[in-house]
Amino acid sequence: MAEQHLDGAWTRRWIEAVAAAVSSRKAELTALDRAIGDADHGENLDRGFQAVLGKLDALDDGATPGAVLKLVATTLISTVGGAAGPLYGTAFLKGAMAAGERDALDAAGLVEVLTAARDGIVARGKAELQDKTMVDAWTPAVDAAAAAGDDVRAVLEAAAEAAQAGAVATEPLVAHKGRASYLGERAIGHRDPGAESTALMLRAAAETR
Amino acid sequence: MTVGLVVVSHSARIAEGVVELAAQMAPSVTIAAAGGTDDGGIGTSFDRIQAALAEAESGDGVVVLCDLGSAVLTAETALELAEAPERIRIADAPIVEGAVAAAVAAESGDGLDAVVAAAEARQAEAAPPQAGDEPAGEAQRLELVLENEHGLHARPAAELVRTASGFDAAVTVEGVDAKSMLRVLALGLDRGSRVVFEATGPDARDALAAIEALARNRFGE
Ligand SMILES: [Mg+2]
Repeated sequence: MAEQHLDGAWTRRWIEAVAAAVSSRKAELTALDRAIGDADHGENLDRGFQAVLGKLDALDDGATPGAVLKLVATTLISTVGGAAGPLYGTAFLKGAMAAGERDALDAAGLVEVLTAARDGIVARGKAELQDKTMVDAWTPAVDAAAAAGDDVRAVLEAAAEAAQAGAVATEPLVAHKGRASYLGERAIGHRDPGAESTALMLRAAAETR
Repeated sequence: MTVGLVVVSHSARIAEGVVELAAQMAPSVTIAAAGGTDDGGIGTSFDRIQAALAEAESGDGVVVLCDLGSAVLTAETALELAEAPERIRIADAPIVEGAVAAAVAAESGDGLDAVVAAAEARQAEAAPPQAGDEPAGEAQRLELVLENEHGLHARPAAELVRTASGFDAAVTVEGVDAKSMLRVLALGLDRGSRVVFEATGPDARDALAAIEALARNRFGE
């Protein structure tokens, strides 16, 4: 029988898993950003999530998913230093607001959080689908999550798979936002680093028990 | 007090340089730099932007000038989380010209909206001229002697730029774009200078008439 609710402790384990994944893949993320950007995505995210780890310890054990997400948001905003800071910061902040005071999220609650996070990114970065940004991973993930039914594990798996497919699908695109938009057609053939880091975060969620 | 400015750049040295340049024309305006990351690298720092916003706010509001994308995103995030977001405006303007134009407008006592408009007025001119934009008709010409005490220094230059910008006409002063604050200031025109204005385009005559009236009024000084 699948676990049907994601509580604050799960949220914390997920964020720890994200921090570990970012840390082990930071060179790869930075290499993607080197091809079409400013070669800092991996280091920036790693700095942000390491700072998050330092603050998670201070959070009390009964912290809700919303409280954990909010801590991640404010920490990323002030420590990441690139576009990913305000973008992911806003995503986690809007996700935290959607989670509210709930002690745990069921499938519908999870979809609400993911949708709010994606909407926050769109509002902040004003990117549309096919602009070769993290939105190209987020939007398919949210759509797949919403269609995955009421098992949280199925929702997480669907989101992770769709995000990864969305990230891969940024490769043939010309960028219309961010530093890569200065490159025109030279961006073709390279995966967007923000879409890849989104896929990484959602994959970590699917694998967190 | 005046409207304050914050200059947000990926580079601490760019932010400080822009502040230095803009401050030259606006000694009584608080202009705060928020450049680079917390550890002095290339990037934008939310904390530095927040601190700069607090430094520049004197009650009349703050206009923020940014360089590249993530500077704008971080500034917008800071604005959203600010206590009084309605007193902060992010100008959609090139960072150097926008900061200079905003500083001059703030120095001359303009309010928040007018300072933003002054910064953003530079934006229209930064765009390269499009085919079909060539001004139609004969060039109109105006020649006059500057009578105001300090010539075309910051405030009268700002008045000239503002006036010229209000017309659908290409206006030059001594051969440079009269809608560009930096170019007008670079002329360094002193009192007693004989100055030639030329204008082409639909509003050419009206533009020169307005400039003549402004000059007769000693540029409002
Ligand atoms: Mg980057």
